[in-house]
Amino acid sequence: MSPDFLIALTLISNFMLVATSRVNKAIQIVVVQGVLLGLIPLAMGLGKYFHILLVVLAALVVKGWLIPFLLRRAIREVHIQREVDPYIGYTVSLMLCALGTGLSLILAHMLPLKAGTPVVLLVPAALATLFTGFLVLVSRRKALTQVVGYLVLENGIYLFGLLLVEEMPLLVETGILLDLFVGVFVMGIVINHIRNAFDSTDTRHLAELKD
Amino acid sequence: MAYFLILFPLLVAMAAYLVASPDLRSRLLPVAGTLHLAVLLVALRHWGTLPINAWLGLDALGAWVLLVVSVLFCICAFYAPSYLALRADRDNRIFCVSLLSFLGLASLLAQARHPGVAWVAMETTTLVTAPLIYFNRNRRSLEATWKYLLIGSVGIALALLGTLFLAYAAHFGGLEEPLQYTRLMLNADLLSRPWLRAAFVLSLVGYGTKMGLAPLHTWKPDAYGETPGIVGALLAGGVTSCAFLALLRIYGIVVAAGEGKFAQELLVGFGVFSMAWAMVFMVRQMDFKRMLAYSSVEHMGILVFGIGIGGMAARFALFHLAANALVKSVLFLSAGNIHRSYASKTLPHVTGAIRRTPVSGWLFLIGFLAITGLPPFAPFISEFNIAAGAFTTGHAWAGTTFLVLLAGIFIAMSETVLKVVFGTPSHQRVRTHYSDTVATTAPLIVALCLAGLLGVWLPKPMQTLLEHAVATVDGKAHPRQVHLVPPVEVQHE
Repeated sequence: MSPDFLIALTLISNFMLVATSRVNKAIQIVVVQGVLLGLIPLAMGLGKYFHILLVVLAALVVKGWLIPFLLRRAIREVHIQREVDPYIGYTVSLMLCALGTGLSLILAHMLPLKAGTPVVLLVPAALATLFTGFLVLVSRRKALTQVVGYLVLENGIYLFGLLLVEEMPLLVETGILLDLFVGVFVMGIVINHIRNAFDSTDTRHLAELKD
Repeated sequence: MAYFLILFPLLVAMAAYLVASPDLRSRLLPVAGTLHLAVLLVALRHWGTLPINAWLGLDALGAWVLLVVSVLFCICAFYAPSYLALRADRDNRIFCVSLLSFLGLASLLAQARHPGVAWVAMETTTLVTAPLIYFNRNRRSLEATWKYLLIGSVGIALALLGTLFLAYAAHFGGLEEPLQYTRLMLNADLLSRPWLRAAFVLSLVGYGTKMGLAPLHTWKPDAYGETPGIVGALLAGGVTSCAFLALLRIYGIVVAAGEGKFAQELLVGFGVFSMAWAMVFMVRQMDFKRMLAYSSVEHMGILVFGIGIGGMAARFALFHLAANALVKSVLFLSAGNIHRSYASKTLPHVTGAIRRTPVSGWLFLIGFLAITGLPPFAPFISEFNIAAGAFTTGHAWAGTTFLVLLAGIFIAMSETVLKVVFGTPSHQRVRTHYSDTVATTAPLIVALCLAGLLGVWLPKPMQTLLEHAVATVDGKAHPRQVHLVPPVEVQHE
């Protein structure tokens, strides 16, 4: 498979994520996206480096299995199925996502790539995925969906990292792994506390503090 | 020395985790703080001799920021045992461990010579401070923690992307790892301009979120409002200073590359916007801890405003870092005492603090006057000189806006503060057993005296330190370093 094809699939998964109202489906999409992102470095021929393989494996295990496992467990216990009345509706979200993807292409056009870069789609895809994650993060109410948004945002950074990982493996890999760590441990722990305190993971309950 | 400053607090944190007695555990804090400060003062003598390819070590800028953080930590650490004794119902194990880990990671950040290491330190600082916000273990503090983590993580993620962009800017120009700050500055001509600009914008947004610049400050009022005063003091003067340092490092590279003008406009804009936003939310603010949070947003605005103006204003912005940290510790800790005494932090319930807790009441009042620019305290010197710097460098409009906003903030804050301190007692007041003791007020008095002293006298070695720190911010790799080591040869492809 060519990396461009995988990147295109990633972009499609962004749109699917923004359009879905079912929390369960959102988690599924993030798993699929995580696996796609795991395959991209292999398709780019980076599989020959052992250390890159290790990071890919870690990302796959954490994003494809551990985080979905934690999120699904939380869903079962608080009986959440749907994202009810998000701050930004699904149609508008879809349009914003399309707009963001278009803008990412323009923005990426303004940033010159080093001659001989094999995969030119990485930068626009990274920016578009980053934007999608941000959109989900600010437009949804459930803590679970917000974590999904954070994961997608992080996926965007991972995509950009692939551009540099061959030259600066240490910088990119530490960044990716540490970000994953935050995603799992911290958000997992806090969601657990929210669940215990409110019997739900709706962040609407977290709206006492305001001016 | 460099490793000691980082590892020693982390080791004490481990010891604190193992110690069974809560009393003994809280007493580890002042011991660790004092030792850290003492070692730092010794290490300060060597800040000029940092080799160019070092990964860790104190340069002038890092030394200045770490000095501020270490002094602030000491003040808070001496306050902590008596505070934790008042809250004996809460387990303080995680609290002490988090405080000490923060000190270790702040030392790592201040000494990091590589943008990647600095980013890792900033990220872990966020992680270890999150449990501090959840100290009260109720729904409100949980909400504050959630916002702090979520917004902070997004900010940190953007800062990571900014760091990667910076690395790509170097890679594009043929400059490869290791990309230490000094090396990046000395070879700034090679960096790709579009990527460098994008990297700065992302770092400003990312680290700006951690500093709490408007409109990315939304976690701040909640976090500062719900935590104990001691954590508020440490966040407002410590964590924010660390994020400011990480931003200044990137800014120095941008200036060295000759793109300073672009960055300065952004900084002045963010600064004015933060001050204006803070002022709007301080008007009729009923919750005095939230008011202090908005004051922190304002002062972060002043910091980036001063850097954006440049020259003399940049020098006094760095000075303001110390002034802000000292006075904020007085304000947050005295606010914490008043909160203890009234079991509330909102206005109709808290009035006339000067009679019930005279020392804390006076400290809160003087702290307020100091932070809003009463001479001879240090914030007066920095705020006055930043304004003067704006006028003398042809930023007349920015300077005028700055002064108008300072005046507006003084008026907005004074209403709340005067009611808390002098207001007529209301029937809704609750009385608790708390009354001012030496242990809960002496550290504050020391901090206030230090702020007053800095306003009239800056010791000679500190002046030199500050001058070299400003040179680093202005994109000049340290002069002594340049003489010691010739610039690195760069291989073009």
